[in-house]
Amino acid sequence: MSEWWTYRLEDFLLFSPRVYWRMFELANAAFWPLHLLTLAAGLAIVLLVLRQPHRHGLWIALVLAALFAFVGWSFLWSRYAAINWAIAYVAPAFGLQGLLLTFGAARGGLAFDRRDLAGRLGLLIAVVGLVVYPLLPPLFGRPWASAEVFGIAPDPTAIAALGVLLAASGGLVPLLLAIPLLWLLLSGLTLHAMGDPQAWLPLLAAATIFAALTLRRIAR
Amino acid sequence: MIITRRTFVKAAAASGAALVLPAAAPGAPPAPVMRAVPSSGEMLPAVGLGTWITFNVGDDPVLRDECAEVMAAFFAAGGRMIDSSPMYGSSQPVIGYGLEKLGRPEALFSAEKVWTSSAADGPAQIEQSRRFWGVPRFDLVQVHNLVAWEAHLETLFAMKADGRVRYVGITTSEGRRHDLFEQIMRAHPLDFVQLTYNVVDREAEERLLPLAAERGMGVIVNRPFRQGALTRQLQGETLPDWAAEIGAKTWAQLILKFIVSHPAVTVAIPATTRVDHARENLLATTGPLPDAAMRERMGAYVRDL
Repeated sequence: MSEWWTYRLEDFLLFSPRVYWRMFELANAAFWPLHLLTLAAGLAIVLLVLRQPHRHGLWIALVLAALFAFVGWSFLWSRYAAINWAIAYVAPAFGLQGLLLTFGAARGGLAFDRRDLAGRLGLLIAVVGLVVYPLLPPLFGRPWASAEVFGIAPDPTAIAALGVLLAASGGLVPLLLAIPLLWLLLSGLTLHAMGDPQAWLPLLAAATIFAALTLRRIAR
Repeated sequence: MIITRRTFVKAAAASGAALVLPAAAPGAPPAPVMRAVPSSGEMLPAVGLGTWITFNVGDDPVLRDECAEVMAAFFAAGGRMIDSSPMYGSSQPVIGYGLEKLGRPEALFSAEKVWTSSAADGPAQIEQSRRFWGVPRFDLVQVHNLVAWEAHLETLFAMKADGRVRYVGITTSEGRRHDLFEQIMRAHPLDFVQLTYNVVDREAEERLLPLAAERGMGVIVNRPFRQGALTRQLQGETLPDWAAEIGAKTWAQLILKFIVSHPAVTVAIPATTRVDHARENLLATTGPLPDAAMRERMGAYVRDL
């Protein structure tokens, strides 16, 4: 792309806010009541991490892997890529995240046992992704039907997964943080380009997780 | 350089892009202003329909139907040129859906683009675009933003020679790469050039519009309302009294009249999601158009707001 410095963020926006949010409405209508199952799975993951941090690492990672693969296929690839060709290159990253989580689980290399400040903050972030995100539409003047739900929509899936991963130990953890963090950055910038007041949420989530990781590194 | 009355008249004469105000029968609905394609003399309404963002609605059945309604209103008001690009997400299949739903209107003038950095992929992309639209061939194919322009122009001129496309063009937007754009205009027998031009973005007046007139190239104007930002910005401002002299009742009408009254301009392509706007845009240029002095007044007025 020539004269790249003359382009603004808005120049890369290919769709209108109305089309963007209707995409969530259509996805929700298509998959309801799967939301109840994905939300229950998310809450169960947080409870398992809280109560039995040294067990169930395999199942937690496999559930997260399945949900990343599902969101990558059902939302990013099958819907979002239709209005944003760049997403066709991003959707496979969610599949890759699923593979990485599966690989981590299979190796037995993931334990959700970190209870330092960053780990506890992570679980709080996970609850935000699970519980707060679906409640946002009326706050931003949108219909309930456009709610973003963990396991169905990418942002709450990435936020809740990052929160849970902050409480995880294992060599693969830094690698597992990369794709959801990059997604939140992309999503926040997209919402910003749309002029959507919700833009700060994924960016704040990413910044908080980054700050928590930095704090953890300093505390070592 | 700001266009003067003298260069204005000269360009009008040189371009051969005659402005035709159709004689409407008393009581008949207003008809759009027509312009001639310089290279062929074919008449086109001076306002077309852009699809950037507005037609990228994916598989949403409700929004697809809304786009089809916009197209129906556009054709019903006498519209012809619809412009799209492979870059515009799902706009191409959405146009195809609308055309199918409307029974493939004969009036359609299909303007597409080729947009790939791979020269080898150009023909396949054009063919894919044609299938999305469901047309036997495109009227116009343009090299989008000059991407791989040398190879694509070679492909397009060969297609034109074979009768697989009627017109060939190049595009730019928001004033980018005007130097290269000018070089290509001087070196190749293009039928159309597409660029950004409106009452505040007037860089094209300096070299490109006079050159298009001199070289007998049609000019398609994109971003006439700066993607809606210009009309939103002017929304709170009162139209000047003298707007009545050119029959402009809205800012959108005033802006379109400014654009279309440049003698080198063939078609402006505003995009919209609203049926009423599709109709209003097309008919915005009916009635008197501003002369060179009035155009300067319009430019100065908007600049000073």
